[in-house]
Amino acid sequence: MLDGKYGRAAQKSMEILTTLGEIFKADSMVKVYGVQIAGVSYANLGEAGLEFLNEMAEDGEVRVLTTLNPAGMDRENWQVLGIDKEFAKNQNRVIDAFAKMGIITTCSCTPYLIGNTPHFGQHLAWAESSAVCYANSVIGARTNREGGPSALASAITGKTPNYGYHKENNRHGQVHFTVKTLINGTDQFGILGKLIGDKLGDIGKKIPYISGIPEASVEELKSFCASVATYGGTALFHMERITPEYDKYPKPSDLNFEINKDDIARARSELNDKDSEIDFISIGCPHATINEIASIAKLLKDKKVKKEFWITTARPIKRLADTAGYSEVIEKAGAKFAADTCCVVAPIKERFKGIMVDSAKACYYGRAKNKFKVKIGTIEECIEEATK
Amino acid sequence: MRLVGRKIYKGVAEGQAIVTKESISFYGGVDPDTGEVVEVGHELEGQTVSGKILVFPTGKGSTVGSYTMFRMMKNNTAPAAIVNIEIDTIIAVGCIISEIPCVDKININEIKTGQNVIVNATEGIVEVK
Repeated sequence: MLDGKYGRAAQKSMEILTTLGEIFKADSMVKVYGVQIAGVSYANLGEAGLEFLNEMAEDGEVRVLTTLNPAGMDRENWQVLGIDKEFAKNQNRVIDAFAKMGIITTCSCTPYLIGNTPHFGQHLAWAESSAVCYANSVIGARTNREGGPSALASAITGKTPNYGYHKENNRHGQVHFTVKTLINGTDQFGILGKLIGDKLGDIGKKIPYISGIPEASVEELKSFCASVATYGGTALFHMERITPEYDKYPKPSDLNFEINKDDIARARSELNDKDSEIDFISIGCPHATINEIASIAKLLKDKKVKKEFWITTARPIKRLADTAGYSEVIEKAGAKFAADTCCVVAPIKERFKGIMVDSAKACYYGRAKNKFKVKIGTIEECIEEATK
Repeated sequence: MRLVGRKIYKGVAEGQAIVTKESISFYGGVDPDTGEVVEVGHELEGQTVSGKILVFPTGKGSTVGSYTMFRMMKNNTAPAAIVNIEIDTIIAVGCIISEIPCVDKININEIKTGQNVIVNATEGIVEVK
């Protein structure tokens, strides 16, 4: 491919991958099962990114299953969500370029819920930090944290350089966290992710080994992954008796930390801005599962929301919610679906004063990127806030 | 003076050096339309990097920075070559997609702003005149 026999896009892609391989001392190229591409929102890409994608799309075609991260808007419902026409036009140009290369244009940060579903041990080239963490840790697949262009290069070539998390000797737990208090709910798992992520940042480590969690749902693990990746740059963790590789490597023994009830309370208070006036509620960071949408529908039945309320999810999950009748109940209550997008990548900077979420990751971006005040709570508390 | 480093992206370029001890984020830190460094408080704030041999320790910031570099190439505002102490993924990918000659593993203390420099990235050599 390097000599251009397979076209210019394949040549450029292989150049990117061999250079990265040389920099990080990869010993070979490995085949990937699938790719997840980040850098889809026009708000982040701009004309520069779009121009690059258009050039790649001239003769580039993906060789493996490839899906996209959230875009800057719901592709069907953007007007209702207050997105301007010019932005919508540009966002569609981005998606068209990806589609031309044979990429499946479901725009979601939870590819593992909608068919880009690797199995234990498979190699991937995924961008989207929360999905990378989920794939490595919860599924036991293998991927580095890719950027937009390197993920696209792997999609076009079907390969990635073999270094980092692809290799077993880089997957050992480094720090042991013992959790001494019961953690449940997506908000608490997110708070735990922030605590562990912050600590890892302080001591310059990346891979935690966590014990003391009796059980965890997909939704809770999804929230934890997003948070620990946001606050700690973590791409892999092991959780005792929960994740598939927890007993594959020796337990880390020289770095030990305990997490108790007070730590969780302190981290929660760090995530709640004082005197925040909430005018926006958003659930689905990472994208809501059908199970979460079912609980929202149950809680919103025969109620009215009095504030802007978004449920962000993947398009196929939204369709499932339509079929199951959840969408009707939710929309009747005045809440809105924002499929294909999320409160992190949509162009909503400064549009609201305060956001309430059940996700620690959404708190981080709500503050840093969109300049909102933030508040975290359970899904039940979010709905209470929306309907009061 | 001849400095030997590692090829990141091939090519040969000659130009005036612009040197900083601070890392650079192209996304948000450099204006792709003018080539000017716009990061508030950056050592190079207000200076343009276009057509110059840009010398800095390493990259930082969002991976979108690679796309910003591509945009600069299209706008003719890109640096003629890049010299780093230690390359990072964003700058490496930016140089590859924008075809900017790039060398790392260079002791950048040996290069001063304003000096005439030839970068032979293909050979991994930086020559300071």
